[in-house]
Amino acid sequence: MTEHDIVIIGGGPAGLAAAAAAKKAGTEDILILEREGHLGGILNQCIHNGFGLHTFKEELTGPEYASRYIDMIEKEQIPYKLNTMVLSISSDRVLTVINREEGLIQIKAGAVILAMGCRERPRGALNIPGYRPAGIYSAGTAQRLMNLDGYEVGKEVVILGSGDIGLIMARRMTLEGAKVKVVAELMPYSGGLKRNIVQCLDDYGIPLKLSHTVVEIHGKERVTGVTLAAVDEKRRPVPGTEEYYSCDTLLLSVGLIPENELSKSAGVDLDQITGGPVVNDCLETSISGVFACGNVLHVHDLVDYVSEEAALAGRSAAAYAGSQKEEPSSSNIRLRAVNGVRYTVPQFVNRESEAEQWKIRFRVSDVYRDRYISIYYGDERVYHKKKKVLAPGEMEQVAIKKESLEKYPDLAEIVICTEED
Amino acid sequence: MEERELICICCPLGCPMTVRIDNGAVTVTGNSCARGAEYGEKEVLSPTRVVTSTVKVIDGEFAMVPVKTKTDIPKGKIFDCMKEIQKASVHAPVAIGDVIIENCAGTGVSIVAARNVKRS
Repeated sequence: MTEHDIVIIGGGPAGLAAAAAAKKAGTEDILILEREGHLGGILNQCIHNGFGLHTFKEELTGPEYASRYIDMIEKEQIPYKLNTMVLSISSDRVLTVINREEGLIQIKAGAVILAMGCRERPRGALNIPGYRPAGIYSAGTAQRLMNLDGYEVGKEVVILGSGDIGLIMARRMTLEGAKVKVVAELMPYSGGLKRNIVQCLDDYGIPLKLSHTVVEIHGKERVTGVTLAAVDEKRRPVPGTEEYYSCDTLLLSVGLIPENELSKSAGVDLDQITGGPVVNDCLETSISGVFACGNVLHVHDLVDYVSEEAALAGRSAAAYAGSQKEEPSSSNIRLRAVNGVRYTVPQFVNRESEAEQWKIRFRVSDVYRDRYISIYYGDERVYHKKKKVLAPGEMEQVAIKKESLEKYPDLAEIVICTEED
Repeated sequence: MEERELICICCPLGCPMTVRIDNGAVTVTGNSCARGAEYGEKEVLSPTRVVTSTVKVIDGEFAMVPVKTKTDIPKGKIFDCMKEIQKASVHAPVAIGDVIIENCAGTGVSIVAARNVKRS
């Protein structure tokens, strides 16, 4: 069994930024384990621009953004293993790992950073009736086939779901000569960023049908068409609103799910809402010395925030690996998301934490206009800020200063909510 | 007089804006900030976009290399650029920033590589 101070699972944007930050914080012995043949993760297939506005103050494409971090890893000579799959993690941080060169190996980690990302919700999760013909892809699969492998995915396309990848693929396939007929969204609002609706759909005259879904997929060998229908407020199809669209391709952009099979093998507590680990302000999970960041923790819409969050996980893991404190801290304060706030990350903050302030990220559960974000310490409202628009597709954040807790020595819970006034 | 409805993309607010063009004079209403006014004016007078796509790589570690227009180009030139990009191919190795097509479709803007590709 080999040993390393920090082992990072995943060489995408989260893993790379965590590695760079851990190195900068003084940890020399770091190892990145990556399942694919290259570093960079999903960014390599995200060839559109708009990445890095916060981090680098310029608009980069996904591969360019990834290469900035890959260059840091190479320059710092941080070791990584490619084509390497982690099979399980034990609760005392022993990783069982497999690759072609070394076979099955075990690695003992001083600290582990979970950075495995997320995967797409598949057709099977949607219960759409019909055969299983060729031509149905998750949007990210189609993106990979087109952008990395150079295949033409389809000529006449319908997209279900208005997640960002679906919107990006609507434009991408249009540019490559396909006819994207319609994007149907089950919810009465889009799950994607506003700029993507404008620049990917409106620019090319692609209609977005809100409160619509696919009720039937036609075709036996290959998709020949789909039937769309409007849905009522309970998201049930409304009889008589069916509309047939001929197409040879159906893309699904219906949500992303943090990929936490490994976290489960270690016994990490997961949050039912985010689908990712429950973490404290250091991004440490319920298992001592196991940290999480990026889309495995909660699904992000901007990679810049992934990098920022991952850097915190990297610094925290470096501090942990350096000190080897094992006793779990007892002075955790729970963050409770209520009344329109769906979740927070982190879920706990610790008043003994070394940070001066904590960035709390969250999503709201509906589209709200002119609504307040409020924070309560017990009965006392300590934060109250009006937002013109809040939408589930756009992650929000607030900062909590540690010193603000000094007057509340017995506080066990902080409540974050939306309020009408 | 021409009137156009736009959704501002400068921030998550997504203000619905109306832009009026009257003898070359542009007025923007519905915006909440100066950035919105600027965007609205540019969007009706000379809308531009950065175009990204892929180009086939010969003898490379990957089949395709991602490319982009080095700067934004007029919106009306997007499909002309795409035609040239689709015809192009490049021999590995390729480095980020390498010019793949010069002066694409008469825009004066080059198509450049967005990923390093080693020889296979």
